[in-house]
Amino acid sequence: MPKDSGIGASSKRREDVRFLTGAGNYTDDINVRGQAYVHFLRSDIAHGRIKSVDTSAAEGMPGVVKIFTGKDFEGVGGIPCGWEVTDKHGAPMQEPPHPILAQGKVRHVGDPIAAVVADSLEQARDAAEAIDVDIEVLPAVMNMKAAAQDGATLVHDDLKNNICYDWQLGEADDAKVNEVFANAAHVTTLDLVNNRLVANPMEPRVAVAEYSRGTEDYTLYTTSQNPHVIRLLMCAFVLGLPEHKVRVVAPDVGGGFGTKIFHYAEEAFCTFAAKACNRPVKWSSSRSEAFMSDAHGRDHVSTIELALDADNNFVGLRTNTYANLGAYLSTFSSSVPTWLHGTLMAGNYKTPVIQVNVKAMFTNTVPVDAYRGAGRPEATYQLERVVDKAARELGVDPIALRRQNFITQFPYDTPVALTYDTGDYNGTMDKLEAAADLAGFAARRAESEAKGKLRGLGINCYIEACGIAPSNIVGMLGARAGLYDAATVRVNATGSISVMVGAHSHGQGHETAFPQVVADMIGIDESMIEIVHGDTSKIPFGMGTYGSRSLAVCGSAMVKATEKVIEKAKKIAAHLLEASEADIELKDGQFSVAGTDKSVAWGDVTLTAYVPHNYPLEVEPGLEETAFYDPANFTFPSGAYACEVEIDPETGQVSVEKFTAADDFGNIINPMIVDGQVHGGIGQGIGQALLENCAYDENGQLLSASFMDYAMPRADDLPFYAVDHSSQTPCTHNPLGVKGCGEAGAIGSPPAVVHAVLDAMNSGGKAVDQIDMPVSPSRVWAAMNG
Amino acid sequence: MYNFEFEKPSTIADAVAALGSEDAQALGGGQTLIPTLKQRLASPSALISLNGIAEMQGVCVDDDGSVSIGGATTHATVAAEAASSYPALAALAGQIGDPAVRNRGTIGGSIANNDPAACYPAGALGSGATIVTNTRQIGADDFFEGMFSTALDEGEIITAVRFPVPQAASYQKFLQPASRFALVGVYLARFADGVRVAVTGASEDGVFRWSEAEQALNGAFRTDALMGLSINPMNMISDLHGSKEYRAHLVGVMTKRAIEACM
Ligand SMILES: Cc1cc2nc3c(=O)[nH]c(=O)nc-3n(C[C@H](O)[C@H](O)[C@H](O)COP(=O)(O)OP(=O)(O)OC[C@H]3O[C@@H](n4cnc5c(N)ncnc54)[C@H](O)[C@@H]3O)c2cc1C
Repeated sequence: MPKDSGIGASSKRREDVRFLTGAGNYTDDINVRGQAYVHFLRSDIAHGRIKSVDTSAAEGMPGVVKIFTGKDFEGVGGIPCGWEVTDKHGAPMQEPPHPILAQGKVRHVGDPIAAVVADSLEQARDAAEAIDVDIEVLPAVMNMKAAAQDGATLVHDDLKNNICYDWQLGEADDAKVNEVFANAAHVTTLDLVNNRLVANPMEPRVAVAEYSRGTEDYTLYTTSQNPHVIRLLMCAFVLGLPEHKVRVVAPDVGGGFGTKIFHYAEEAFCTFAAKACNRPVKWSSSRSEAFMSDAHGRDHVSTIELALDADNNFVGLRTNTYANLGAYLSTFSSSVPTWLHGTLMAGNYKTPVIQVNVKAMFTNTVPVDAYRGAGRPEATYQLERVVDKAARELGVDPIALRRQNFITQFPYDTPVALTYDTGDYNGTMDKLEAAADLAGFAARRAESEAKGKLRGLGINCYIEACGIAPSNIVGMLGARAGLYDAATVRVNATGSISVMVGAHSHGQGHETAFPQVVADMIGIDESMIEIVHGDTSKIPFGMGTYGSRSLAVCGSAMVKATEKVIEKAKKIAAHLLEASEADIELKDGQFSVAGTDKSVAWGDVTLTAYVPHNYPLEVEPGLEETAFYDPANFTFPSGAYACEVEIDPETGQVSVEKFTAADDFGNIINPMIVDGQVHGGIGQGIGQALLENCAYDENGQLLSASFMDYAMPRADDLPFYAVDHSSQTPCTHNPLGVKGCGEAGAIGSPPAVVHAVLDAMNSGGKAVDQIDMPVSPSRVWAAMNG
Repeated sequence: MYNFEFEKPSTIADAVAALGSEDAQALGGGQTLIPTLKQRLASPSALISLNGIAEMQGVCVDDDGSVSIGGATTHATVAAEAASSYPALAALAGQIGDPAVRNRGTIGGSIANNDPAACYPAGALGSGATIVTNTRQIGADDFFEGMFSTALDEGEIITAVRFPVPQAASYQKFLQPASRFALVGVYLARFADGVRVAVTGASEDGVFRWSEAEQALNGAFRTDALMGLSINPMNMISDLHGSKEYRAHLVGVMTKRAIEACM
């Protein structure tokens, strides 16, 4: 019987009522009395030296309040990078400055050169057109391999080269790795590209800042996944403001997918300008601006080699990746191709020797940072593609080859720095084989062929590391922040509860799922509990939401705080029931004395806490507790996915006919929300595999600068999914046993789609073993007719 | 957007008069023009909306059996109202953009704009339609002069488009994955006196007739009539979504499918 409330129930998402009826309160809905508007004059040149920026004609234009250029920010900090990666020789990464407005050079199309604050947006745009910018055009640094050569044009003149770091993980002894490959019975090698993506949340970024001359307080409303992180970075590193004078609010946020984690120049600008202009300042990104100023995702070029012994056991894995960081270091950009990527190269397999090599490159493109999955999709894609290719080369069943090499003993120490606490990869694969009806594939293929179509089946596995992570470990790896989270459980006198959480919900359903946990622990109705998030003045602290961490990390803090509340409430109940605290039990919202029929209701206890007439003298009045939770390890969701596609051989058009996901997320709080997260992730994964491509030309012009050329997946590009999460090995180290499900779909689906396309092409008699994403009709047609 | 005046006349004569003022521009459904204005790529002094002109609205069947569509008729109206009189054209209109676009965008705007990937130019050229303006009537063969270029004079407006109705016709549109305009679209119409094949999306010169295919099909209206025929990729468009060779290939595939649909 499915539960109808509490942990395990598919409670309906309460926040959807306001989202779907137009009652949400998004940042762009916020207008502050007297606000002015900023328009950023952005570079249309990818790389150039700024000779002059003449604002004199623009200053006097109607409505202009003030015009800012790079000079106004010379004494101000730049956008910081939150993770210092150490290269393979022990040197820190090269970390160039990232000014709020361009100084000296422009480094990508979209780099802001000047900002006009005016009474209206149109006036700001008019004035921006009157700014005279003289730029000496320099060659654009676009190709990562060329950019790594000695003598290449430098994106940052003060750096020694364009390589941010040359990083390595795993086996450091090249000779040992070479020996493994030399002695292998078979080596499979694959060159591939992980295509650059634009996250394109439905809501573009917005910032509104105000400053009170009277109190010297600032308030910044911004589209962020982590308002406390923004406050910390902006106050401590950019503007030098006291944190207690700055409130950052991220109200309803219309999708983030990683791209709203980062601290952006526009937020700092509005905060700075609000004081400088003594007026609230608002910026709302247009979609066109979003394409050239939101951090992009992925963009890796890799070579991966897999060594197998004569029995098809994986004996060695080596990767060489160029990772594009774009023109500047975005907040977590440096961690994505390294600690969020290299550490995942073991995947689900017990490969004993692994060496991961990553060169992170500066280029004249928009900065690249975390996008749904962040590093883990890139790792999974490479690894699964090479495993599938090996199976094809060796003529063995791709599932059997995977099963043979699965890790089966837990905990498992990988050669790339992680310890998997638990998992059941064979069990999850069993679920997949059943749910995807793999046995029926041959019949489905025959049906497709009868219609003149080619049909292919693609399988892959994934492992991911979520819930980042123990602060002491990430600190050792270079993180400049802790990665714990916090929650305050505030019980009101009448028994209802506000939970202030550091996680930020921007579509994930926290407002529904988090109360289910607290309701279950106390035994009261979910509707008595409300989640408060997204405001630094309301919540204790929060590292925010990304990396599928909210429930595993912040949810654990909430559990701890709730436990403290219950412990205190039991003291009060014991007093009211004239019993010993040790004998008090809490069930279904009633405190009772074990073995008796004496009980007192939750609401009576909470009222007593605030009206403490008959009250234990040694207990403080009130009922509110805060807890911080720092996880002991990452969590390791895993899964196995199957995709079936049809190809129209005449046009190369691919259609996804069937997609099945079997995931192990540990314990599940709300199955419906988990389904939804997997659906969304698969949608984005299919988008990456078939449609999405952020492309530049050799001069650094963005070719896919609007939805006319950047193909987002639409409903009719996607099939109905079959999602199974009944394979459950609970996380061993957090109180809920949960692992995180937000990114899995986007991590696990791209290789399955590409494998299916390759399988279909091969079934048509064309031996194709490589095609890059997006697998567009023209690429498929070219591969089949090449 | 730059500032502009806005007028919504109720007769063709008033619209033409209003368009006489310097830098005034006609506004149909605004589905192309408004985004252009938002990006500040055009700065008309005035927009003269054609949507309030009753004589430019709707679909009717003329005495000679041809279908006349008012220049300001939306794609959605054509999709619904031409469904019985000219089903292939109605189907074309029903495949343009999404419901919002179809409920605003107009046939006059689409044909005047002559986007190289637009659908209506193929429908008009493939049908041998007549473009009716406030001053004259122009045959489709003379109207489309190349990418974004037409025979229209300054201030001239399309008041109607008249389509002779073929015995059979089909529009085969292969979608550009992002915009869902035509990566290649082929409109094939079979009249008693011959076959017309018009191709959109493919060529650097905009919509064009594939005369070799027409000749072959006039000989034998069968898919294998296309055997040995191919489009020279030289003048085809090459972009992110497809090479010249791919587009040239798709012209053949879409033409074949249009023939099959007309059998
Ligand atoms: C999201 C989206 C998807 C689309 N998909 C497709 C598609 O799949 N296929 C397709 O063919 N099109 C597509 N379009 C374009 C759409 O069909 C437009 O409606 C059309 O191109 C322009 O028509 P309009 O009435 O909106 O003209 P407007 O945008 O108002 O005007 C366009 C130009 O025509 C001029 N003009 C307008 N009416 C007249 C007239 N009667 N006489 C003379 N000049 C006139 C204007 O001055 C202007 O220069 C799409 C548009 C959008 C926004």
